Amino acid sequence: MQLKRVVVTGIGALTPIGNNLQEYWNALINGVSGADFITQFDASKFKTRFACELKNFDPLNYLDRKEVKRIDRFTQTAIISSDQAVIDAGINKDNVNVDRVGVVFASGIGGLITFQEEVVNFAKGDGTPRFNPFFIPKMILDIAAGHISMRHGFRGPNFAVVSACASSTNAIMDAFNLIRLGKADIILTGGAESVISEAGVGGFNAMKALSERNDDPKTASRPYDKERDGFVMGEGSGVLVVEELEHALRRGAKIYCEIAGCGATADAHHITAPHPEGLGAKNVMNVALEDAGMKPGDIDYINTHGTSTPLGDIAEVKAIMDVFGEQAFKVNISSTKSMTGHCLGAAGVVEAIACIQSVVHDIVPPTINHFTDDPELDSRLNFTFDKAQQRTVRAALSNTFGFGGHNACVIVKKYEA
Amino acid sequence: MSDIATRVKKIIVDKLGVEEAEVTNEASFTNDLGADSLDTVELIMEFEKEFNISIPDEQAETITTVGQAVAYLEEHAKV
Repeated sequence: MQLKRVVVTGIGALTPIGNNLQEYWNALINGVSGADFITQFDASKFKTRFACELKNFDPLNYLDRKEVKRIDRFTQTAIISSDQAVIDAGINKDNVNVDRVGVVFASGIGGLITFQEEVVNFAKGDGTPRFNPFFIPKMILDIAAGHISMRHGFRGPNFAVVSACASSTNAIMDAFNLIRLGKADIILTGGAESVISEAGVGGFNAMKALSERNDDPKTASRPYDKERDGFVMGEGSGVLVVEELEHALRRGAKIYCEIAGCGATADAHHITAPHPEGLGAKNVMNVALEDAGMKPGDIDYINTHGTSTPLGDIAEVKAIMDVFGEQAFKVNISSTKSMTGHCLGAAGVVEAIACIQSVVHDIVPPTINHFTDDPELDSRLNFTFDKAQQRTVRAALSNTFGFGGHNACVIVKKYEA
Repeated sequence: MSDIATRVKKIIVDKLGVEEAEVTNEASFTNDLGADSLDTVELIMEFEKEFNISIPDEQAETITTVGQAVAYLEEHAKV
């Protein structure tokens, strides 16, 4: 069976550094940090008091009051960014076969804020269960995919994908596979996350996963810097409209890029620590390159998982050196988490969008906040420190890794007829 | 309008996201005010909280209009 080609024809983005694709890309290539002190709850007693929150985000600008109350923040961002992507792609229920348009949507955690509110509310009472009837349908992780389908009337394959911080890359991979197997014409895919709450920040703080640089939040996310001390939590959502090539051509769609290949592997090592030699990361890049029918020399940009944790950054770079060999010194590498923070389940798609835009515009967004070289990292590597770099980007590779030892990788390339 | 009726209507406006003018005594939660089954459960819970009472399920099922809610609460509210 001949696999079909898959292209990206629409993008939506709601990120800590921009509330739509254009704002997000401008911030990325200008090296803007999205970090600041937390406004969503009183973090004064927390080890970490800053995060990369959405800016000037009022859900009431997009949804009515009743919807806002019954839809968790992560799903709100999912709906808003999917509306953007649908408009960008120029699709609606009247110009597509809605039975062949699906939604494969990820989150790492789901409605943690809703869960926290409902359980705290119960704990404050006398034991009488007074749970809100919207508690469960507001909290469950798959509800974002459900809401997106209801809003647009898309009746094709519909489900959620979970692999912690790799979730939305796995979602893109599933969407890619459904389309190349001919199971759908179009899939809206991506992910959303919003857990900047007491439970979210407190939970990650307890693991010592978060940066505690409270005296200088904007420079806290500093992947590959010697003084990095953990990741900075981000939030938001990204959506791709992925489409079968012939379908896109028939309707005269704008084509951003082609999805060349994907891969997924496991470390089978530890619940939260990466494999010290980056074994799963190495395997996932090899699997994705093979799937794409590409060699390391075909890749011009690697958007790393690069969360700014001491161990994770090293393990991933070891894996890149193993897979790319001498070629590792020729590609541009960057971690855009230095700007967006770590958007957890949304990280994969938010970074895939950075890769797509890089391929479209031939600009590599930087790794900001570089102050001190890490002697453990080979100085011949180009981490695109501090300033965006212009170069031809034929293809870009995006890595994402999740607690549980999940690794996922997607490769996008310039579309050529 | 009684104090209880005012408070009941405020809750309905808030929870169902409807205009105050729509919340007449005759208005049915599901037929006129766009409530689904989960909305009606939420409304009953809000009434219980506001008026500090517990409404048994079999009673709750008979409260389908704004007027029925006001009447029930005027009879049973402890506040």
